[in-house]
Amino acid sequence: MSSQPQHVQDMRTPLKRVRALGAARSGVGHWWWQRLTAVALVPLCLWFVWLVLRLPHLDFASAHVLVATPWNTLLLILFTAIGFWHGQLGLQVIIEDYVHTRWIELTLLIAIKFLAVIGALACALAALNIWLAVY
Amino acid sequence: MADFALPKNSKIKKGRHYTAKPGAKKVRTFHVYRWDPDTGENPRMDSFEVDVSNTPMVLDVLLKIKNEIDPTLTLRRSCREGICGSCAMNINGGNTLACTKALHDLPEGDVKIYPLPHMPVVKDLVPDLTHFYAQYASIKPWLRTQSAPPDRERLQSPEERKKLDGLYECILCACCSTSCPSYWWNPDRYLGPAILLQAYRWIIDSRDEDTGARLDDLEDPFRLYRCHTIMNCTNTCPKHLNPAQAIGEIKQLMVKRTV
Repeated sequence: MSSQPQHVQDMRTPLKRVRALGAARSGVGHWWWQRLTAVALVPLCLWFVWLVLRLPHLDFASAHVLVATPWNTLLLILFTAIGFWHGQLGLQVIIEDYVHTRWIELTLLIAIKFLAVIGALACALAALNIWLAVY
Repeated sequence: MADFALPKNSKIKKGRHYTAKPGAKKVRTFHVYRWDPDTGENPRMDSFEVDVSNTPMVLDVLLKIKNEIDPTLTLRRSCREGICGSCAMNINGGNTLACTKALHDLPEGDVKIYPLPHMPVVKDLVPDLTHFYAQYASIKPWLRTQSAPPDRERLQSPEERKKLDGLYECILCACCSTSCPSYWWNPDRYLGPAILLQAYRWIIDSRDEDTGARLDDLEDPFRLYRCHTIMNCTNTCPKHLNPAQAIGEIKQLMVKRTV
């Protein structure tokens, strides 16, 4: 509850403790984008399932061609980027909920942002790589 | 990390057992959480066999235990009709008011009674609500206006008044907030369902002129947005109110003034 060392006597009033540093005046953006990405992922997930179900019937070369059609490449980049975006928004909430050791919390919050960017960029590169190889 | 196990001095031990008096007509066993800060002992569960033939409500049983079996049993109670919110406690796993919980509404068998979950305990069934009340004070729960006060009452149309229904009935018993996992893990920063319902009661009041400032004070990843619509609050409210919906309305207003 308090960021002070335990041996420091906490003489603050209950109201002072509740008010703390005041409202952050943010949070609505996180809420909005989490829902927006969720809505975007509904059709994208359906499309992705369709793509995955088609792959077993194809050999390596024709699977490449399927992925490299412009629409599929675009949707694949969108699906992975928005997926990582949505995922890190959700993970952030879980970490804020349960991790209360400040340095671990901060490390994890930073790590998921970095990993999400790396993951999204790696997926986009992979998709573009296939696209470039075919065309 | 969040603590998932109780610290050593909070582990609940088996307590005393009180058998029913001879001649008891209808006996039921009540397991009651006991903790006395003065003894330094761990909390314990005492079990009382009580003749419930003339005790319709759980509060009646607890007062019968206090009057006839163990006068040291400590609990808050006042109105015995569900309007003061004093006797809020955890009965058979659900937070509710002991005075409005009828024995025949509980499933057959023994009854377990604990104080409200995840709050500091003062003694036995009495939780420390200091922080909860400070959170209530922090939302400034009174009419805030800038216009000069009128010479008569501040008028409100029947439609505007209707918006307060389902909100003004809240008695601040803390059943909802203490049933909310988000409030358990972040009670210092999350305001909890009861306080957010009260905040919405002033946000939606047509006579209040400080709506924007009220929303400003709630716009925070923790104060408001720790609510993950778990719905325990609505499930447990002994007044059958819907704090989760009130929180949802606040979130919608936040979006409305942004997007």
